[in-house]
Amino acid sequence: MRSDRQSAPLGLKIAAAAGLAFLHLPLLLIFVYAFTTEERSYQWPPPGLTLQWFAVTWNRPDVWQALTLSIKVAAISTVIAMILGTLCAAAVSRTRFFGRETISLLVILPIALPGIITGIALRSAFNLADIPFSTWTIILGHATFCVVVVYNNAVARFRRVSGSLVEASMDLGADGFQTFRHVILPNIGTALVAGGMLAFALSFDEVIVTTFTAGQQQTLPIWMLEELVRPRQRPVTNVVAMVVVLVTLLPILAAYYLTRDGDQIAGSGK
Amino acid sequence: MTTAVAFEKISRHFGTVKAVDAVDLDIREGEFFAMLGPSGSGKTTCLRLIAGFERPTAGRLSIFGERAEDVPPYRRNVNTVFQDYALFPHLNVTDNVAYGLMVKGVAKAERRRAADEALELVKLPGYGARRPGQLSGGQRQRVALARALVNRPKVLLLDEPLGALDLKLRENMQEELKALQKSLGITFVFVTHDQGEALSMADRIAVFDHGKVMQVGTPEEIYKTPNSRFVADFVGSSNVLPPDFVLRHAGEKRWASLRPEAVRLVEQGPGSIAATVISSAYLGGTTRLGLDVEGQRINAVLPAGEPFPAEGKPVHIGFARDDLHLMDEGG
Repeated sequence: MRSDRQSAPLGLKIAAAAGLAFLHLPLLLIFVYAFTTEERSYQWPPPGLTLQWFAVTWNRPDVWQALTLSIKVAAISTVIAMILGTLCAAAVSRTRFFGRETISLLVILPIALPGIITGIALRSAFNLADIPFSTWTIILGHATFCVVVVYNNAVARFRRVSGSLVEASMDLGADGFQTFRHVILPNIGTALVAGGMLAFALSFDEVIVTTFTAGQQQTLPIWMLEELVRPRQRPVTNVVAMVVVLVTLLPILAAYYLTRDGDQIAGSGK
Repeated sequence: MTTAVAFEKISRHFGTVKAVDAVDLDIREGEFFAMLGPSGSGKTTCLRLIAGFERPTAGRLSIFGERAEDVPPYRRNVNTVFQDYALFPHLNVTDNVAYGLMVKGVAKAERRRAADEALELVKLPGYGARRPGQLSGGQRQRVALARALVNRPKVLLLDEPLGALDLKLRENMQEELKALQKSLGITFVFVTHDQGEALSMADRIAVFDHGKVMQVGTPEEIYKTPNSRFVADFVGSSNVLPPDFVLRHAGEKRWASLRPEAVRLVEQGPGSIAATVISSAYLGGTTRLGLDVEGQRINAVLPAGEPFPAEGKPVHIGFARDDLHLMDEGG
């Protein structure tokens, strides 16, 4: 609803601006410290500005290791989530079976539960099953909540694709695979991409579950936590933080624009 | 004449619900066949059985002589026009129409040409670039029709094809479908709950009730000689007369049907029956009277111009004995 009645009172405007500033100024602060010349403590105002930390960061192998691991974990858990999430959404929205609602709830649970519970639960389960902690245990941990994001996106779209489209496609001679490729995928594609991007972003900066499921490996967020207690080369953390903000923000923006226009209901037309 | 679709003792049960129950049907090649019945009577399930979306729980289904129970929908030479049209929203009209050819691997230029031809056939030339969302209801239906016909099916199934259209459009479309069916010579099977539609379009009609076929016949047979109270009641607004009434006026203790236009107002005399007018409705071409005859309600339709009595007035009615159709159901 567009309000062209009268503009909001000044007090409200100031309060809203203050709220937004409170949310976003600390982010700017992080960016500023990435350029400071002072490396031991965060001193305000910065005594001088420099670009040297970018070069330092570039040459730090531990940063690269953490970054590669994070990207690898996020990418693989996103792929797992997209496959499982889509299949699950298809089952829940296309068919009726005993316990359908329960399954829907169980799938969503990992994201509703505090991460620390998921983390402890997974850790003790891995211990019990004698699975050594590795990159794969991190991936499994992340996949539990990545599935939810994909599932939620896909199930909403599946509900909007009318069931007779699938029948129409079969009727016109397309087998199951052709129907998936030519009818289902184009109709749920943007929702899948959006879900996948959100999943990637979630996985990329996840700390709690990772802490419980990682062995010696450090993902980027974990590396940053450790780095904060080190007295030297502190701005390196800020440089990495900037990168993380960008890496997470871009897919979320893309997901937003992709799903924004998808509001019309597919196949409901008469 | 070849049989296009044959049902032999076909049942489709959903748990305890007998959607279709031991149905026998023979749909002949090249005919316009209507499946008529109230909602939940099993007519749509029968259509879905032919299309392959449902599998019979029991019985034999053959399409042009070949057993079809285990043939998936995409291998049947049968196409459907869906009630909600089910056009693919992400494809334009041409790609919608050409979909069946595309999945069969027909070359692009060839399927474009075929799609254009089909659109020509349904009187929508030049609409190829539009999206289904930009079309009106009637246009969408034509696209759905073209999309089915482009595959040259042996049987075309239409699920309540005119249900979503307004009256004027519906009448046009009825004529057009009929003409299309004649010129193409394809077997059309259509499902409807509208008896007028079935009577005016079909070569033969099967009347469904509670998963069973009650009667199969030409529109005239169904209309004039219904074999049961249900058919008489559902098809046309026939007067269904109870056995006692028939015994008094026709000498036989059977259920009977009497079409309203067969009822005449007469002078009092031998064979005339006393009645009271309880309602009258002016319908333009005709006038419909509601009469009370010995506690039995009887409808009469009089041609326009004939003077009709006022409500509450006692009158006498008569009908030719031949017009009284005795049904198989006894008293």
